[in-house]
Order: sequence, then C-alpha cells, then structure tokens
Amino acid sequence: MKLNVNGEERTVEVHPMRRLLDVLREDCGLTGTKEGCGEGECGACTVLIDGEPVCSCLVPAVQAEGATIVTVEGLSGDHPLQRALMREIGSQCGICTPGVVLAALELVESPKRPTLERIRERLAGNLCRCTGYEAIHRAVVAAHAERHSS
Amino acid sequence: ESPEPRYSGPMDSVGRNTPRKEGPARVTGEARYVDDLRFPGMLHGRTIRSSIARGRVTGVSLDFDTTGFTVVDHRDIPGRNLIALIEPDQPALVVEQVNHREEPILLLAHEDRDTLARARVSIAYETAEPVYDPTVSEHVFKNILIEKGNLDRGFERAEVVIEGTYSTGAQEHVYIETNGVIAVPEPGGRMTLYGSLQCPYYVLKALRELLGDAVPDVRVVQTETGGGFGGKEDYPSVIAAHACLLAHKSGRPVKLVYDRAEDMTATTKRHPAIVRHRTGVTRDGRITAMDVEVLMDGGAYCTLSPVVLSRGAIHAGGAYRCANTRIAARAVRTNTPPNGAFRGFGAPQTLFAVEVHMDRIAEALGIDPVTLRMRNALRPGDTTATGQKLGADSSAREVLREAVRRSGFKRKRAKLAGTGRGIGLSLFLHGAGFTGSGEVRLASRAGLETTPTGVRVLVANTEIGQGTRTMLAQIVADGVGVPYEQVEVADADTSQVPDSGPTVASRTCMVVGGILTRCAAEMRERLAGLSPAEHHARHGRLHVEKGYEPHEGRRWDDATYRGDAYATYAWGCDVAEVELDPVTHEARVTRFTAVQEFGRPIHPAMARGQIEGGSAQGLGWALLEQVVMRDGRMANAQLTNYVIPTTLDTPPMDVVMLENHYAGGPFGAKGLGELPMDGPAPAVVNALRHAGLDVRDIPATPEALARAPRLSPTPSENA
Repeated sequence: MKLNVNGEERTVEVHPMRRLLDVLREDCGLTGTKEGCGEGECGACTVLIDGEPVCSCLVPAVQAEGATIVTVEGLSGDHPLQRALMREIGSQCGICTPGVVLAALELVESPKRPTLERIRERLAGNLCRCTGYEAIHRAVVAAHAERHSS
Repeated sequence: ESPEPRYSGPMDSVGRNTPRKEGPARVTGEARYVDDLRFPGMLHGRTIRSSIARGRVTGVSLDFDTTGFTVVDHRDIPGRNLIALIEPDQPALVVEQVNHREEPILLLAHEDRDTLARARVSIAYETAEPVYDPTVSEHVFKNILIEKGNLDRGFERAEVVIEGTYSTGAQEHVYIETNGVIAVPEPGGRMTLYGSLQCPYYVLKALRELLGDAVPDVRVVQTETGGGFGGKEDYPSVIAAHACLLAHKSGRPVKLVYDRAEDMTATTKRHPAIVRHRTGVTRDGRITAMDVEVLMDGGAYCTLSPVVLSRGAIHAGGAYRCANTRIAARAVRTNTPPNGAFRGFGAPQTLFAVEVHMDRIAEALGIDPVTLRMRNALRPGDTTATGQKLGADSSAREVLREAVRRSGFKRKRAKLAGTGRGIGLSLFLHGAGFTGSGEVRLASRAGLETTPTGVRVLVANTEIGQGTRTMLAQIVADGVGVPYEQVEVADADTSQVPDSGPTVASRTCMVVGGILTRCAAEMRERLAGLSPAEHHARHGRLHVEKGYEPHEGRRWDDATYRGDAYATYAWGCDVAEVELDPVTHEARVTRFTAVQEFGRPIHPAMARGQIEGGSAQGLGWALLEQVVMRDGRMANAQLTNYVIPTTLDTPPMDVVMLENHYAGGPFGAKGLGELPMDGPAPAVVNALRHAGLDVRDIPATPEALARAPRLSPTPSENA
C-alpha cells in the first residue's frame, strides 16, 4: 500500500485493517506519534490526514491510502508553535505534545486570531494531564502572534 | 599565575525562566519514550491475571501451541518472590493465594504481538469471600495516633460541637503514557531495565531481591517518562520484575507496555478515604478541640500505605492552631488492587475533610468562612498537631488574605448567594520532603563533576515533566557560579548516578537541591577561581559528592508521632467559583484562583505549570473522576467513561506565587509538586455549599449532586 507521509511517498506491506498509528510507528519508524488510549479519547496519536486532525488509532491503514498524512516529524522542528510550547512550558512530560501540535496547527496558521473559546474547542480532544492546559493556550496565542507578525 | 576571577558567579539562573534542559525533543517528536525503543531480538511480554478477588489457584492450563513462547510462573523466580518495598507481603507472581482481581499469575512472551494476544490460558480457582468494605476490614496495615493537649478539657471549653463525616474516592493517575519497561539481558549475566519510572533506585532494590545471585549486576535506566504523579513511584517495580523474569528466562530483551485498560485495572490508585471530624469551638469561632478519625483503604497489599496514612494523618488538622487535638488514623487491607502513591500522598484526602468541615463550622456559628479561618490559622511560632513549632516562613494568613482580595471573594460571596452559583475557598499546607525521620533513613547522596565543558549534576531524581533537570541545573549554576548553559544533568541511570532518593514527596528541589547547593559551594571553593572547564583541562575531573544532613535541632519520634514532622511547609489558598446546571446537575468551575507560597520559585514558568496542572487534577478529582469498582475490579477502565478534565472542563486560572523564603532550602525554596493537589476539591465543594448543596463526598458527579440535600438559603454571615 502506498502512503504519502510528510511529503514522502512510502510503500508499506501491511494488513489493510492495521491501525494507521501502528503503521506510522512500526512500519515507517515515525515514533513521534504516541498511543495514549487506543480508543480515540486522548488525542495523543493525532495526525493530519488531508489537513484534518484525526486520531490515528481509529483509522485503518487502508483508509489513509492515497491521502496526505502529516505527523509531528513533518514539521520543521522550529515552527513557532513548537517554540512557543517550549517557552511557555506548554509541554511538560511531552507525551501529548505531538498530538497537541498537530491539533493546534490550524489555529496558528490561520490568519484569524484565535480566541480562548476557539482554542478550547479545537483542543478539547487532546488530553494533557500535566499542564492544566493554561500554558498550552498561552503558547497557541503567542505562536499565532509570532506567525503573523510582520 | 593567578587565575582570572571570571567565575565569581553570574548568579542569574535562579528565579529566571531558563530554557528547559531537555531541549526541543519533546515538541519535535524525537524524544524516545519506552514504547518508542526497540532492541534486536526483542520479545513482547504479556501478564496473565486473576479473574477472582480472593481464593486459591487450583490449576493453570496453557490452551495454545507454546512454540516460540516464553512462559514464566513463580517457580522461575531466581531470588525472592517479592516486590520489595515496605512490608514483604506482595509476591511478584501468585504462588497459590489470590488476594485481588488482576493479580499477576503467569507471564508470556513472544516476538509477535498478535500471536501473543491470541494465546489463551485457563486458570481454575477455589474462591473465598472477598472484603471490599474498609470499614469492616480486620487487617490493619498501620495505626497512627497523634495526641496534643487534653481533648476532654478542649471539649469542656467548647460552646458548640460540630461533627461530620467526609469521604473521597479513588483516583486514577492517567499519565498519558501508560506504565512500560524493557528488560535487556546483557553479557555476563547482567540485566538492564529501561523504563518509564520515577524512582530508579526503588526499582533496583526490588529487582535485586527478585533476581538474587542469578543476576549479579542490575542496572536501571529511566527513559523519557510521560507523566507520573506518583503512579510511577511504586508500580514500576512490579512491571519491571515481570519483564526481567521473562528476559532472564528467554535470554532476550522483553518489552512490557500496558494498554490503557490494563494500566487502569491493574495499577495503583489514590487511596479512598473516610474522615470523621468532631470539633469544639467557642461562639466567636475559636477552635478548642479537634477529634479526627481517618480511614484509608490500602487494597490487597501494604505497598506505601503506612506512609500515605502518615502524611494524611499529619495534615488532618489542616492549617489551624488547636491546643487539644487527637488524630487517630488507620489503613486497612481489602481485596482490591493495591492503592499507592498519588500526588499529595494522603494529604488531599484529609485536607478535603477539614476544609469542608470548616465551612460547616462557619455556617453553624454564622461567621463567614474567611473570618473563621483567619481567626484559627497557624502563625509563625504556633505548634502543629505533632508539636512542631512553625518558623517565620509560615504563610497561612498571607495566602488567605491575598486569595480573598485577588478573587473578590467577599463581594462575590454576597452577590452570588441564592443564584445557583457559588464561591468557596480552601486553606491548606503541605509538608516538604519525607515525613519525620524519613530523610535521615533515606540518607540521599548527590554529586557534581567537572566536564570538558562545565559541570554535570549526578542525581537519580527523574525528569517526568515537572522540570527536575532544569531546576537543579539552575541551582547548581548559581551555586558554583557558572552560566546555566555550562551545567548538564546526567541521565537517571543507576550505574552512573548516586542514590539521591526517590522523585516524590515534593523533595527534589528542597532536599536534593539542598545537597547540591552544598556540593556546589565546595566545588566553587576547590575551583579556586578557575572555571569548571579550565579546572577540568588542567587537573582532570573534579568530583564532589555529599549526603543529606538534617537541620540542627530537628527532632522526631516515630513511636509517639511527636516532633518536627517536616522540614517546613508550603501554604496555599484556592478559590473556586461554580455554576450549577439546573437540568443536568453538572457543576462547572468558571473561575479558579490559586495563591501559593512555596519559599521561592526557582523557575517561575515551570512553578506556575505545577500549580495549574495540579489544580486541574484536583478539580477532576472533585467533580469528574470516579473509579467504579465492580466485584473488586475497575469497571470503567477506559478514558471514555473515566473522565479527566479536558480544555473545556478546566477554568481560567489566576495563579499567584507568594515568596517567603525558607532558610534551609536552596535559595529559599521549599517543595511545590504536591501542594496544588490539596486545595481544589474542598474549594469546589465549599462553593457548591454556597450554591445550596450539602456535599460531603467526592467525586461530586452530576448523579451525586442530583441526590445531594438542598440547604436552606445561606444564612447571614457576620464577620
């Protein structure tokens, strides 16, 4: 099966019903995507499929065939959101962070200034047990300001 | 030649938001957690667990083709069949007697996870009657009695006596990374254990007992750890034991990582507690007598219950002065999976009770809750229930005053009365470091060494999100007098670092940071003006290691529970505003104010993160998080129906950090990690009371609130 991951065409031989999460982590070696619950509740395994944040633990690989997939490894590593999460301590233990980054990316990229309400709505599916979310909200706001300055 | 005094000390790291020592790995996905690691020839492990709560195993049959499998039972244990911790009561694998559901009986390993998952094992049992109710349990793990003054005389002086019983439920940690380890056999019969864990030396001690002489050299290495909160204090010894047994028998690396359901059903929880208060007060609101009974459900094995109970008992009188106090506490055995460490370690349970009770006292006297607290709050020079005389760094009245001012408490209290909304507060304290003589017994050691580029910190304390490496590097940078960038922190690997004790009990900053301050002072002197790198280049490695030293004059008696229970205390006052949905009975926290004093924040942004994150956990415990036990097993072992706060459940938080430096801590710092867990639940329940609901038990779920007695409209509160 052919997958487009982070702009790269990959061919993997897997059972079509294998979870996309496992294909990414084990067949593609992209371990930045994490498993937190395996039932689509925690958002740690969030990836972008055709630009939309999706829990990769709920997606059979076959469903992602032909789609464009972005994992945390597909970002520069120096994206304003990643830097803001570090600076604001929006990432403590870090296990939820890759999912948070991908779920929040649209908020930062969109020129529209994110209100607290929109941030909370958008990230409601991403559980974090460390921060109480406040620092994540601050990071999103700061990253948006940086991304759209100048 | 005289060295240039370039390193006379920048002293600008402490108190500054320095970049995290972990660097960007956690935001880029490069950080390797245990499930991200693979070793050549690695097998996957699986634990076969009991399906009864109490009884005897009478037969085990393997209903699958065992080719390619490694199978381990208790007979394969080379050393003692024991998870060594406090009492030698918990076996690594069941021999015959089963004491709780999900108790490990058999271990399997195979290189293919799907084949492993399909293997069927039948176990026959002879069942016995389980005990689930701690109030009828006859097996006591620990009794504690704290007595001060004369209780009878205190009640004689009382004009009003108020009684109440309060209960708190179990709580699951829900670190987003579940428990997991990899055991790797090494040449020469050695074994390395990589794992998600808080206390490498606890695991090492347990593995040495388990493996005995068969494995001469065991090494424990902490991998990136996706949250702990106490849930990776004691439990990793169990999962590490299992992985090592499989690795020892197969001779191959074995990965054992729990899925969420197994993690929730099999691992520890916060101890459920029942606390009874009987308090004597004068009509003008002075406490004359406090009689407190604490009961904690320890589950099937002792684990850490005696020390959880101890902290709970010592905090049971709250942040108040009382000349006549009796606190009787016991932890008992039931046939549920063992309960263990969870942020706050017994104190949130007893502080919940005393703080809800205080609002009921205020109500009975017609005094407002702020005045009642202000009148009784512990001040410097007062003595606690154990007879500890408090130092100048005691801030009960200061945090209370600031929280009331900051939140507009008095105005809102009057305005919200009778509206279906409410505002409540809680006042609390938290002892920093191990209780009583615990630190003396631990005798932690920490060290520093020079490197070609600066200084390396040698400690076994783990970074689990809270910022251990960063905070210790800041302390060392200013202690040695070098730029923060020149300090690195060694990995928590028992073959590389001394045993600086567990990463628990709000002790890493104050206790380990304190030892490092003394190491740094000596290193600075021995550097004699050279930078660490220069000294290293000229003279080779300079190594300084020191042990814990108790403060002069600190005394504690384990037998009588009298004396200085903690080196010092951190203080907090939380204010919660709640809104009740009249249709769904949901309570929503709309605003939260946390005013906390913990000496001095070493890294203000991370300290704020501890307060916000701990407060969110406390709010979840108060309103959402319900462990439903059915036949001794957690029935809602999924994040679908064990609900922790999301972005939408967590209110905006106003955090204030007051400073009141502690002379015995590094740069004035005390401990912080647990304090924020103590205040939210009673603040919320007191706000619910203000909104007209008589709640004495948490979690206060919508079902519980629908049944809660309605209070008559708030009586007038006179200051």
